[in-house]
Amino acid sequence: MLELRDIIAGYDRRTPVLRGVSLTLAPGEAVGLLGPSGCGKSTLARVAALLHRPDAGTVVLDGTPARGWRHRAPRAQRTAFGVLFQQPRLSADPRLRLADLIAEPLRATGRPAEVASRLDELAPLVGLGGDLLTRRPHEVSDGQLQRACLARALVLRPRWLICDEMTAMLDASTTAALVAVVETYRRETGAGVLAVGHDRTLLHRWCDRTVHWTDLAPAPANPGAA
Amino acid sequence: MASTTAPAPRARARRAAGARHTLRLRASAAVLAALVLAVLLVPLLFPLDQQAVDLAGKLRPPSAAHPFGTDEVGRDLLLRCVYGLRVSLLVGVVAALTATVAGTAVGALAGALGGAADRTVMRLVDLFSSVPHLLLGIFIVAMFRPGVWPVILSVALTHWLSTARIVRAEVLSLRSRPYLDAALTGGASRWRITVRHLLPAVLPQAGLAAVLMVPHAIWHESALSFLGLGLPAHEASLGIMANAARSSLLAGDWWPTLFPGLFLIVPTLAVAGLAGAWRERLNPRRRSELTL
Repeated sequence: MLELRDIIAGYDRRTPVLRGVSLTLAPGEAVGLLGPSGCGKSTLARVAALLHRPDAGTVVLDGTPARGWRHRAPRAQRTAFGVLFQQPRLSADPRLRLADLIAEPLRATGRPAEVASRLDELAPLVGLGGDLLTRRPHEVSDGQLQRACLARALVLRPRWLICDEMTAMLDASTTAALVAVVETYRRETGAGVLAVGHDRTLLHRWCDRTVHWTDLAPAPANPGAA
Repeated sequence: MASTTAPAPRARARRAAGARHTLRLRASAAVLAALVLAVLLVPLLFPLDQQAVDLAGKLRPPSAAHPFGTDEVGRDLLLRCVYGLRVSLLVGVVAALTATVAGTAVGALAGALGGAADRTVMRLVDLFSSVPHLLLGIFIVAMFRPGVWPVILSVALTHWLSTARIVRAEVLSLRSRPYLDAALTGGASRWRITVRHLLPAVLPQAGLAAVLMVPHAIWHESALSFLGLGLPAHEASLGIMANAARSSLLAGDWWPTLFPGLFLIVPTLAVAGLAGAWRERLNPRRRSELTL
């Protein structure tokens, strides 16, 4: 279970973006998070993935409260997440070939022996064939790059997938293909998925339940007060 | 009827700029290669006794026997210029590399750690920067006996600051990139992120700073030697030669000033030409236009 309890977070303590937000995600569940631009969806996704330290509140990961964020989070907790970002161009190191991009988490966690076998599994799964794996990010399209980023997110077999508007830059067919890969992974592994986005139709079709941003914030304590 | 289309003026200008750029790069590389070969081979073929003088043959103008003439104590200027350039290049390259490695390490550390560590390191950089660096360099060489290594130490210790600033700025701009977040989620340690993702991104800028620093360091060595603080007075150094030539210049003997001066200016221009080509390659807008 991934639980976010009473999260207060933002980029300035005086004006937090998230004010007491709570969200729970069960294993194998896909939750869609809808909301307008700038409301704090991505910040919440980053808090959930231990990439942004909240000012207050608790993130509980499979019964264990998170005690550190970013580098200070234990590696086992960090790698429990696979994260997909909105802009593939910014989420890929421009110097790495796609094969190295996908294999980087295996090398970073001391498992280089698994690189070849995982690449053989994941490349066809995400639809990267031919010589694409030998190309660098600037030599492929946004869609192809996002496919590589998806393979990278799955390479360590994470228990939770955080998809932060991962299809916002993509055409309909690539969107469908990537969502299908995520759904296959969820079905086979029982991973939980938090999908953040604007596209109500897509999230309704994709996810088990869809939460609107306004449903997460606590109701004002005394709405009638002047 | 066959029709031809005149190339657009902008495309023509771009091609001309590309050709100029290639010519400058090749000329710079050729000059620098010739000078480096000279300083490597000449000492092997023509050993120089730094203290030998020939007062009977002093201040001879350029001739077949002495293509650059002789100095005020009858020493061959061509040979001394090459030996002087050898010292200058040694100081330039070693000092620039040392300063770049130190500056890159400090800048990357400050940028990667951020927070109080960043603020402390950058205030230290500001503190060093507030002292005129030639003055600080003079202070450092004055603590040691004259020689090449105190000069290298002096130049390196006073020139890591700009590289540290450049590298820190690059690292700070990269820190917010999502691919570093992806690396964190992929289990990368802080060390791995620095070495695998941050340093390769800043190395081209740091390399360019190092190349640009080489001529600057050469001039520093010459300035210190000119002031009598660099190498021992009898050793061949372009700065010492320029200083010694001042009195003969007033008497109309131009060659002891001209040739050491040219040996300072020509490598400076060649290195600057190479650095300019490198800078062009780093510019993403120009990268696609270059045919290198």
